[in-house]
Amino acid sequence: MPFKTQPRKTFSLNAIPLSAMIGLAGIAIALICALFAPWLAPHGETEVVGPIWLPMSSEYLLGTDNLGRDLLSRLIFGARTTIFVALAATVISFSLGMLLSFTAAVTGGFVDQGLSRLNDLMMAIPTLIFALVVLAVLPQNIWILIIVMAILDSTRVFRIGRAVALDVAVMEFVEAARLRGEGSVWIIFREILPNTLSPLLAEFGLRFAFSILFLSTLSFLGLGIQPPAADWGGMVKDNKDGIIFGISAALIPGTAIATLAICVNLVVDWLMKRTSSLKGGRGDV
Amino acid sequence: MAAPGSASGPGQANDTGAGGPHPRDRSVSGNASASHPTAAPAAGLVSPGPWRRFARRQPLAALILKRLGLSVGLLFAVSLMIFGGVEALPGDFATTYLGQSATPQAVENIRKDLGLDRPVTERYLSWLGGALTGDFGTSWASRNSVSEQIGKRLGNSLFLAAFAAAISVPLAIALGMIAVQFRNRLPDRIINVVSLAAISLPEFFVGYLLILFFGVKFGIATFPATVYDGMSFSDRVSAIALPTATLVLVVLAHMMRMTRAAILNVMSSPYVETAELKGLGAFRIIARHAAPNAVAPVVNVVALNLAYLVVGVVVVEVVFVYPGMGQYMVDAVTVRDMPVVQACGLIFAAFYIFLNMAADIIAILANPRLRHPR
Amino acid sequence: MSEILSVRNLKIEATSYPPGEPPKTVTLVEDVGFTLEKGKVLGLIGESGAGKSTIGLSAMAYGRGGVRITGGEVMLDDKDLLTLDRAGIRDIRGRRVCYVAQSAAAAFNPAHRLGDQVIEATVRHGILSRPEARKRARHLFRVLGLPSPETFGDRFPHQVSGGQLQRAMTAMALCPNPELIVFDEPTTALDVTTQIDVLAAIKHAIAETGVAALYITHDLAVVAQISDHIMVLRHGRMVEYGTTQQIIEAPKEDYTRALVSVRQTLREEAKDQSARYLSIENVTAGYSNSLRVLHDVSLHLPKGQTLAVVGESGSGKSTLARVITGLLPPIDGKIVFDGETLPAALKNRSKDQLRRIQMIYQMADTAMNPRQTVRDIIGRPLSFYFGLSGKEKTARVKELLDQIEMGARFLDRYPAELSGGQKQRVAIARALAAKPDLILCDEPTSALDPLVAEGILTLLARLQDETAVSYLFITHDIAIVRAIADAVAVMYRGRLVRFGPKSKVLSPPFDDYTDLLLKSVPEMEIGWLERVLSERRMESGGY
Repeated sequence: MPFKTQPRKTFSLNAIPLSAMIGLAGIAIALICALFAPWLAPHGETEVVGPIWLPMSSEYLLGTDNLGRDLLSRLIFGARTTIFVALAATVISFSLGMLLSFTAAVTGGFVDQGLSRLNDLMMAIPTLIFALVVLAVLPQNIWILIIVMAILDSTRVFRIGRAVALDVAVMEFVEAARLRGEGSVWIIFREILPNTLSPLLAEFGLRFAFSILFLSTLSFLGLGIQPPAADWGGMVKDNKDGIIFGISAALIPGTAIATLAICVNLVVDWLMKRTSSLKGGRGDV
Repeated sequence: MAAPGSASGPGQANDTGAGGPHPRDRSVSGNASASHPTAAPAAGLVSPGPWRRFARRQPLAALILKRLGLSVGLLFAVSLMIFGGVEALPGDFATTYLGQSATPQAVENIRKDLGLDRPVTERYLSWLGGALTGDFGTSWASRNSVSEQIGKRLGNSLFLAAFAAAISVPLAIALGMIAVQFRNRLPDRIINVVSLAAISLPEFFVGYLLILFFGVKFGIATFPATVYDGMSFSDRVSAIALPTATLVLVVLAHMMRMTRAAILNVMSSPYVETAELKGLGAFRIIARHAAPNAVAPVVNVVALNLAYLVVGVVVVEVVFVYPGMGQYMVDAVTVRDMPVVQACGLIFAAFYIFLNMAADIIAILANPRLRHPR
Repeated sequence: MSEILSVRNLKIEATSYPPGEPPKTVTLVEDVGFTLEKGKVLGLIGESGAGKSTIGLSAMAYGRGGVRITGGEVMLDDKDLLTLDRAGIRDIRGRRVCYVAQSAAAAFNPAHRLGDQVIEATVRHGILSRPEARKRARHLFRVLGLPSPETFGDRFPHQVSGGQLQRAMTAMALCPNPELIVFDEPTTALDVTTQIDVLAAIKHAIAETGVAALYITHDLAVVAQISDHIMVLRHGRMVEYGTTQQIIEAPKEDYTRALVSVRQTLREEAKDQSARYLSIENVTAGYSNSLRVLHDVSLHLPKGQTLAVVGESGSGKSTLARVITGLLPPIDGKIVFDGETLPAALKNRSKDQLRRIQMIYQMADTAMNPRQTVRDIIGRPLSFYFGLSGKEKTARVKELLDQIEMGARFLDRYPAELSGGQKQRVAIARALAAKPDLILCDEPTSALDPLVAEGILTLLARLQDETAVSYLFITHDIAIVRAIADAVAVMYRGRLVRFGPKSKVLSPPFDDYTDLLLKSVPEMEIGWLERVLSERRMESGGY
């Protein structure tokens, strides 16, 4: 028995499930911290305010770190670096991956083959290993880091983008537009893109969550953001020696990374379900 | 059910070379069957007559041969990339090696010393030749033989990864089956939410959390995870308890989610309904009708996650100060010790390619259309 | 005679889980009851969503997905299936009641040999020993006319054809010697010339074994050949129940009458068919030089008339449409339209050439962008070809909506909010918006229920009268051809077998293929199958 899917024309807040609301709220808080860090943080980013590894207190809400800096302030400033680098890498990787994948899918033939095989080759090396090899050679610099992350990540975007574009490009309504005589621009932007927006948005969220984790991992290994700039992965590295004395300072930035990644994933999960509900919904019960 | 044998339509040139989806990458469809064994022929050579005849008579052998050939080709290309990429990228190693204040004469000497004055192709060929015979040259930093170090550490890394796999694979498959059994009901939803959170946790966070609680607070596990020659097996196991637990936690959620998707796909197929309508028992339905068809997708999931495990050891080894390949490589990267970086990179990539290939070949073998051609 | 199955007050509900919303319960079947005597066949007929498959499966106490039987009783002999525990139900399934699915290709496990699957239930329920069961399977393969019955069971599902699989599935259902078999649209997925063989084999096997059967289908002409009684269903409720003769010859309800009524001839055949408004000249086409789908096809169509192109799957009829549109440039030959030769490739045609040829697809679902409203879908050709915008455009869209009998209230709906028939009407309006001279219709009614399809055909005929548009109508349904065509082209394996005015093509003398095709189309007449079969000896080796 066919039951209809309702394309939602208006987005009321009620339509968003609780889990996605939590995710959106978490992302909003992190963004606010990142944007207004100098005004929100009680102390400076690199300012030494007291003895090392002070426990949480009313003066230092989260205590101090391995050099006696205020952990809360560094966490707030760290949000800025972490989110900026991860977001920049994601935006670049997404633009690059999308551009190349849509070009490959629409052009086809030799261009498609060449790009796809190159992509296969890049993906044959695990991302972290690839990054380690490349970062061993390149000078340490925040833009180089962003570009390396973006290029490595764009291989995954390419793969999804090409699949999605090919999926939609063979639909009959695209054929109908082609028969009408529409140009490539109309076909890509008016026929294909609106139908791929949901999966692509979900993919963007996934890539962003992955970028946050990847950047943190690199920083933790000492290959990402360089001190004294605060970033969450680097803060874990700075404070890891305290763990053995039972000092949990390293876990606080760790929690921040995990929370932000979970929030992004919650939103992505919701987006993906929305996608599948638009696709399916027919079929017998 | 996906029919890999018939999926090679025109314009469908598959973009699944060797790397299946990275386990951290949840594909948008959430489906585990993203990697098609037909990737191999799609990437294959233009077939001449005798090969085509052979492929028609022995499609199974032909596909496997193609897949093997593809892996060898990929590995070769990767070696070229690791070596050539290092060459092409800016940065002078001699200067890095000696520090900024080195005199030109000293730089020249060291370049000669490290063999950097020879032509690139010559150096590549001798490096590749060495790598094939297990000789990766000498470390720039310690002047020790790279192969000797790797020989010791590779075993440690594999021990850790194998142990984590031995625990996580059965656990993931069991949890995946439970989730399928209770689909859309409470246990499934709990597993879904918890696993969604778990795949968002960075390895080092899980690692330090475990250390803080089990190593420091309760004192029931050892940290750092030191292992040495002549250590008894039980000591060794207790030393790697925490790193193993970390790896298991990190890889489990992902493997479970993919297993769930794969099994759900098979269990909702019409032939399982047919079996049910024959009045067969639940066990027979699963063992005889679902299992043979679920093997390929589940094995695929497992292989992909094992490939991830090989990489996951890098971070975990650093966290637990465990003397394995990962730590060796990270240390080498920080001091820019290129022979070590190249050797480790090649070995990690080889494992990754091998596991992906194994997944594809098992999928090919499990496909009745290929085993019993028309 | 004793009853084998008796169903009373059946109520079936389903729970669906729309993502992000609370689960919903819908009633699929309500207040349905019937009895079935030993050795008799009851046909369940209705459109999609009528609940016929759901009722059929309830005879095995089975519900798909979230489907539950929530009320009534299903008595097999004197045992109520709905009160049995799991073990009790398992004991019924595969032993006393068996099932034949619509798609045997999907219902057979790809990992096992056919023979093992056919005897599995028989052996597991302990009805026969393995060697005995194998012997019975071979016997059944022979009864069902399968090729080389001795070794047929050694093959894997992917190694045999669709028609053979459907017969093998019937053998699987018959093997345990059950009292009842549920046939769930067993011939729907097959071509007509294959369908008749499978239908005959099933009928023969039922007669041979004396098993009772529930035969589910949407095709009244098919069920009339095989069943003793017929129950007509709609929206999960019973419309009419009676003997086959009564339902076919004297239906009481309007709905049944509409189903039974033979499709009326909508148009008289045009007398002069010599004009070459569209002319397809010696077209050979394919996807590569070695894979040719069309071989040397020549056709023509006068203005304002309808040419029906008939053929089964793989006949190349859809490829022909792709060649005319320019999506697939032919390897050889040309298309001449209104006196000018059309450029072979789409990209070389002018905007006006494109405007004059429009297309309507089989699946209106995928032929319309799900992200656009009806206003955008119909409005785009208006702005694209004629530069209309604003009020002018909206007025024209409304006009077109009136023309397809829908009206302005649909302007801002999305395709997902329309029924199947409404979607196809919007697709027709989109084609009309371009003021075309030729519309290519690629099976526009075959995905629709019969009454809805009737409405679409009537609409198309009316539009032709009003606008003098020409149709090239691709179909596999001879009844549609009879109703609307002026000329007919019969295609088989990429070749034109027969072409000419309808009255000539559809009357003897026939060539072999057209003869087979015409004789294979089920007619709404009791005894049609026997008549056709007696006319031609059933070949044993399949086809």
